Amino acid sequence: MTDGKIDTLGRHKRVLAVSSGGGHWEQMMLLSGAFKDAKTTYATTIPGLLQRSKIADGHILPDCNQDQFFASIRCFISCLALVIKQRPDVVISTGAAPGFFCLVAGRLLGAKTIWIDSVANVEKISMSGKMAKYVAVLWLTQWQHLAKPGGPVYAGEVL
Amino acid sequence: MILVTIGTQLPFDRLIKIMDTIAPSLSDRVFAQIGNGEYRPTNIEWQPSIDANEFEGIFEKAKIIVSHAGMGTVLTAQKMKKPIIIFPRSAALGEHRNDHQLATAKQLQERPGVYVAYGETDLKDLLQTDLAGPLATEVEPEGRRKLVGYLKDFIQSA
Repeated sequence: MTDGKIDTLGRHKRVLAVSSGGGHWEQMMLLSGAFKDAKTTYATTIPGLLQRSKIADGHILPDCNQDQFFASIRCFISCLALVIKQRPDVVISTGAAPGFFCLVAGRLLGAKTIWIDSVANVEKISMSGKMAKYVAVLWLTQWQHLAKPGGPVYAGEVL
Repeated sequence: MILVTIGTQLPFDRLIKIMDTIAPSLSDRVFAQIGNGEYRPTNIEWQPSIDANEFEGIFEKAKIIVSHAGMGTVLTAQKMKKPIIIFPRSAALGEHRNDHQLATAKQLQERPGVYVAYGETDLKDLLQTDLAGPLATEVEPEGRRKLVGYLKDFIQSA
C-alpha cells in the first residue's frame, strides 16, 4: 500500500518546486518529469518565467543572496508563508537562496526536502548548498567528483 | 544574428565592450542584452534586459550565442542546438563573487557546440570561424534520465 512504485500514490503527493530565475530554473524544468505524477506547485524569482514554461498557477518569490541581510529576511518570510499555504509533502530546489529558505520552512513543517546543487558548481558545492546539508533529507550534487561518503550524493546530472 | 547575453544578475561591461569593438569586423549583426552595466555600446543593438517570454524567440533566431558562463544560457543553447561561446566572469575583475564560471567553462568546453573565450582575441577568432552546433540527437541524456528516475522514486516514497 505504501509502496509508491506499485500503485499511484505518487499522483497525490504535493510537491513544491522552487528555483531562482536563470540557470536554476532551467535545471528544474529539465527535471520536471520527476514530479509530473505529483500535484506540483512551482515558484521562481523572475516574473514571466512561469508563463514561458507554460505553468498556469506558480508563485513569484522575492530574490535575495547571502550578502543582503534585510532582503534575505523578507525572502525567508515569503518562503515560509508559501510553504505554510501549500503544505507540501516534498520541497525540492536546484538553488539558490529562496530555494534554501523553502527547504528550511519545509523541514520545519515536516516535509521531505531535496536539494540539488546547481550543475554550475563544478569545483565545490555552493554556499546555499553547504547550508542545505542541514535541512535536506536528500542532498545531491550533479558532479561525481564532488560526492562524498557522508553526502552530497551523486545521482546523475541535467546536462 | 549573434546574440550576446550576460544573464539577469550582474553587469558584465568587459564582454559588452569587447563585442562592441569586434562588431564592425563581423558579417552578422549583433544584438546584446547588457544588464545594468554602465557601458553603452555604439556599434551593436542592445537592450538592458529581455522579457522572459521573448527570450526564446530571440534565441531561436540567433546563429551563435555569446554569453557569460551562466548555466541557464548554456542549457538553453543545448536545447535549441545553437553553438555557444562562453566567456567566463572573473572574480579578480569584480565580475562575480567567485571564479566558479571559470571552472564551469573548463568542464563544458569538451561538449559539442560549446566554445570558450577568455579575451578579445579568442572571441574574435571564434566569431570568424564557422562554428558547429551541438549534436542533433533528440535523446534525453543518460545522466538526466537517471537523476529524474532517482527523484521520482524518492518523491513517491516520501
